[in-house]
Amino acid sequence: MVSQSVLDKYQMTIGIECHVQLATKTKLFSGADNDARDKSPNSVVSPIDYGLPGMLPVLNWQAVELAVRAGKALNAEVAKVSRFDRKHYFYPDLPKGYQTSQLYEPIILAGYVDVPLENGTTERVRIHHAHMEEDAGKLTHFGDYSLVDLNRAGTPLIEIVSEPDIHSAEAARAFATELYRLMTYAGVTHGDLYHGNMRFDVNISIAPVGSTTLGKRTEVKNLNSFRSVEKAAEYEFRRQVELIEKGETIIQETRGWQDDKQITTSQRSKEDAQDYRYMPDADIPPIVLTEAEIDKIQADVPKLPYEYRAEFADLDVDKSVLAVVLAKQSLAEMVSAVLAVDTPAARRTANWVASNLSVDEDADISQVAQAGDLVELAAMAERGEISSNAASEIFNTLMSGSTDPRQIAEASNLLQLSDESAVVAVVEQVLADPASQKAIEDIKSGNDKAIGYLVGQVMKLSQGKANPSMAQKLIKERI
Amino acid sequence: MTKISDYLSKSAVENIQAALARAEETSEYSALLSLTKERAMERAYAVDSGEITGRLAGVPFVVKDNFLAYGAPTTAASKFLQDFYTPLQATAVEKLEAEGAICIGKANLDAFAHGGSTENSAFGPTKNAHDKSRVAGGSSGGSAVVTALDVVPFALGTDTGGSIRQPASFNGVYGVKPTYGTVSRFGVVAMASSTDTIGCFATCAGDAELVMDIMAGRDERDGTTLPDFFAPETVKPGQKIGLIKEFMSDDVDQAVRQRTLEYVDRLKAAGHSVEEVSMPMVKYALPMYYVIVPAEVSSNLARYDGVRYGTRAEGVKSLGELYGKSRDKGFVDENKLRIMVGSYVLSSGYFDAYYQQAQKARTLLIDEYRRLFDEYDVLIGPVAPTTAFKLGENTDDPVKMYLADIMTVPASLAGLPSISVPAGVDESGLPIGVQLTGWRKSDANLLALAKSMEVTE
Repeated sequence: MVSQSVLDKYQMTIGIECHVQLATKTKLFSGADNDARDKSPNSVVSPIDYGLPGMLPVLNWQAVELAVRAGKALNAEVAKVSRFDRKHYFYPDLPKGYQTSQLYEPIILAGYVDVPLENGTTERVRIHHAHMEEDAGKLTHFGDYSLVDLNRAGTPLIEIVSEPDIHSAEAARAFATELYRLMTYAGVTHGDLYHGNMRFDVNISIAPVGSTTLGKRTEVKNLNSFRSVEKAAEYEFRRQVELIEKGETIIQETRGWQDDKQITTSQRSKEDAQDYRYMPDADIPPIVLTEAEIDKIQADVPKLPYEYRAEFADLDVDKSVLAVVLAKQSLAEMVSAVLAVDTPAARRTANWVASNLSVDEDADISQVAQAGDLVELAAMAERGEISSNAASEIFNTLMSGSTDPRQIAEASNLLQLSDESAVVAVVEQVLADPASQKAIEDIKSGNDKAIGYLVGQVMKLSQGKANPSMAQKLIKERI
Repeated sequence: MTKISDYLSKSAVENIQAALARAEETSEYSALLSLTKERAMERAYAVDSGEITGRLAGVPFVVKDNFLAYGAPTTAASKFLQDFYTPLQATAVEKLEAEGAICIGKANLDAFAHGGSTENSAFGPTKNAHDKSRVAGGSSGGSAVVTALDVVPFALGTDTGGSIRQPASFNGVYGVKPTYGTVSRFGVVAMASSTDTIGCFATCAGDAELVMDIMAGRDERDGTTLPDFFAPETVKPGQKIGLIKEFMSDDVDQAVRQRTLEYVDRLKAAGHSVEEVSMPMVKYALPMYYVIVPAEVSSNLARYDGVRYGTRAEGVKSLGELYGKSRDKGFVDENKLRIMVGSYVLSSGYFDAYYQQAQKARTLLIDEYRRLFDEYDVLIGPVAPTTAFKLGENTDDPVKMYLADIMTVPASLAGLPSISVPAGVDESGLPIGVQLTGWRKSDANLLALAKSMEVTE
């Protein structure tokens, strides 16, 4: 193991390629269903995807529109004319013997992503380009045979290629996370990472700090979580530093990530790299877009994460709370809708989101609460009509599709006794209890802690419905 | 030779039985790879009962066996697809069937349409309709021969660099290669995507016009099809016609030049003006063609890998062996030659030197045509430098074989309509065709002009 001081002598440089599966109804060049999840093998395959003789690709215009949306999210220029090319290689998951992709004239040109980092700063990562292409099928290997499933063959993707502007594993993760937010907010993809809707290839090289020349790079392919992007970058950085320190050389190669062992392993070196014999695809006419068409498509893109981030600056909540709210477009949109009515209510909502929801990258949060209900729930909490636990409980109920927080509170018996006379009755009952006399004496002799015991008795007697601060106030008045 | 109208007055069953009988009678020409007897008879009964109607009700036709069509396997004259039955039909076939036409069989071709003589068929060569010791031309040789032998009044072919026009010339029938994108390529085994066109053979210009009118039009399943522009025309008088000087050199058979000049004289007599024009770029057309087309061929044939359908090598031990042996068995030598050339010109380091260079030259060729068509309505020249050559005469010399395409590939590279019109015979009675070429979408004018010349015959 190399020490931290040795690691500190080097700097890593990372470029990321990200495959994003487009949220189209049908495949890129056929009418087959684009949702292959939980489908039996080879059940969503058209003769076109199957590569039958005489079949021709028919471009799915919805895929073009989603790519144009992605262009906006990437702050990139959209090409007025783009074309498809064929990338040739033989493998059973590739029915035509070539993948239809865009090499020479991609649809999305240079752009950038401003990546928010944990320390509150922002790092700009430039986008080299993004191109459309079709996915391949899937092979499953058994003892001495393999089976081919072409359900995913022909699924539309865009591949986003960044410039090598990333210099830490944390920033690599933050970039991947922000890309996920941008692509899901813009409606480009469903963002189902578990099913591989976004896959990251991390290209990494090292050089002594201050050096302007880049070292030989390795590419860790097919990472499907933000955490694995970070871990793979960390691991590769260490591995490369170790090699250099030992006087060895880095081999330019493709490596795979072993998630169980948290290591990368060699897959193939550059020497084995295939010649893809790219050529223009004459079967697909060029995609021609006018300025007006691009504007029209992009006008439908909803608010993007950085717009919400600016909007939520006034919310004055912790960074970690904001991160949870921004993780899903549905949540950001919900908080924003509350914010449009009332800032304190939005603050409460943000905190409820952060403390009650499990928002990891695989979570599907399509159902959210209505802004009006959240405003009312916040008001009830503000007035002390419900406890904070009750507020969380009602929030969760609202998130699962229920409405009317007051009705929920009543139905679940969650309203606090904030009517002073009702609480007074309970307090007096507790103070009259012989079991309370010891505590009363303690308080009188200056031990304030004993008041907690009395409040607890009030809560117990009221079945948790008394407003605890009111109970405390009333006890103090009477001792 | 019979015309479509000769069939329309008769019962469909009678037509189909006669056509099938004639096909059997002429089997020694090896023009057909299969007969779709059962399906043809079913459709004939349906026509006679009035269930199927249309402009071609009960008219028999033949498709080149690279069209996906029901009733027999679609082999592309290859071992690879010898047992391949299609689950759907080519758009062109569907459109003809919708007008009541009845496909009776599938015609021989050079395997995957690679060739100019039909000698590259995996199932043996087709013989010329006028001399059985000579080639049919190709690659649509079978379709040309069944038309010339009167088995059917029309047949479908594909033309990528001359594959309809040259066999039409060799067998003395009309052959139409339309503007690129006129007829849907959906359901036709692809050769070269940027020059493949669907056309027909017929015994008269009027029939070719009718068949093209039916097949033409936008097809949502082929993104390269043009909106339907084809409409039969009456001939425009006093057309300006250019005779391509480069195609009338001493390398071209005397008889071929002679018949071409006679056709020119008849055009003049009919009130058109003809003058000699020069196309310096055409001498580069063949090299361009044999870079671009093999490149596209190598790509379009990549799907024939033995994994999903077609020939699959048995007893292999690795994936590489499965690919290698399946493709070795499934392809003929000419297929392999073109795949190798195509892979070479696309490989890294050669792409710019060959493929890109050829595409640039192609642009210059198109510009040359454009300038000529600013001034001329039609360009004329022979279809091929010779009449049909002897079987086996050119099989060992690919370059000599490719030279037979020298006059047809330029229009293919430029995507232009070009038709082959019978113009007499040589001293041995072998047919000679002249080629009429127009600017994009002038297909109907070429056919109208050819038709008007028939009338003055």
